[in-house]
Amino acid sequence: MAKMRGATVVDTERCKGCGLCIVACPFKVLALSTKNVNQKGYNYAEAVAPDACTGCTSCAIVCPDGCITVYRKKED
Amino acid sequence: MTKEEIIQPENLVYKKPELLNDTPMHYCPGCSHGVVHKLVAEVIAEMGMQEKTIAISPVGCAVFAYKYIDVDWQEAAHGRAPALASAIKRLWPDRLVFTYQGDGDLACIGTGETIHALNRGENITIIFINNAIYGMTGGQMAPTTLLGMKTATCPYGREPALHGYPLKVTEIAATLQGTCYVTRQSVQSVAAILKAKKAIRKAFEYSMQGKGSNLVEIVSTCNTNWRMSPVKANQWMEENMFPFYPLGDLKDNG
Repeated sequence: MAKMRGATVVDTERCKGCGLCIVACPFKVLALSTKNVNQKGYNYAEAVAPDACTGCTSCAIVCPDGCITVYRKKED
Repeated sequence: MTKEEIIQPENLVYKKPELLNDTPMHYCPGCSHGVVHKLVAEVIAEMGMQEKTIAISPVGCAVFAYKYIDVDWQEAAHGRAPALASAIKRLWPDRLVFTYQGDGDLACIGTGETIHALNRGENITIIFINNAIYGMTGGQMAPTTLLGMKTATCPYGREPALHGYPLKVTEIAATLQGTCYVTRQSVQSVAAILKAKKAIRKAFEYSMQGKGSNLVEIVSTCNTNWRMSPVKANQWMEENMFPFYPLGDLKDNG
């Protein structure tokens, strides 16, 4: 079976750093930024292990602010 | 495969619903309201009802719901959303009319309006966000606060002798003849969110088919006033709220 590769794009200005996407991700792709903050002062979510992402959309479904866009492509 | 190859429009699988606009929501980080807003926006778009929906916003945290979802909204006086929804649905029978209310609005000041609108069988849907506390005013005890739960106005925990018992509005609604679909859902996990979305869709469809009034309770978190992190609040809800507010359909006459 072909492997699915995914990618997440986080709207960092909209993200409030609640961390719900991080526990929802089955592959530990996301984490809160440790150095950067957005204009509101929140540590936003970012992909720390993007290669593990399968594009399952769990993170985006639980995100209360709709910050996450997910793309998925079948690996050739 | 590089990230740029994956991030192409044809590979898009999930994005913010189009009906949810770009205004940043005022809710606290991790608030369940945001998830329910997303579900409502998705369901309205999937039903193709964006031009034919009139929503009623409550008083409470969700008072600004009209700023976030691009449908027609009407703001109701505190607790009076079901009365306003009844009037609007009678004047515009072909419109999808729903109210979006919290537990302070629906289960406290608006109990009378809620029960009578449901009992009359108005063809509306009530979305009831139950987080067992008053969120907007700073975490006071609500009628739905659990026994033993600490809030700003019952700092030693809710006691039945002093504060009475928690009110299960959804169970009351299930006994009313006018209701068609009464259910209790939650939005703490992916599976629960997908089930809640199906329940909202079913309720909206029943109300458009004129089968009676529908109540969708969403057991939610208020991590700020529960004094917890969003992740911890979800766990606390599963351990403490679900035994008293069990999930599932209470009535389905569709």
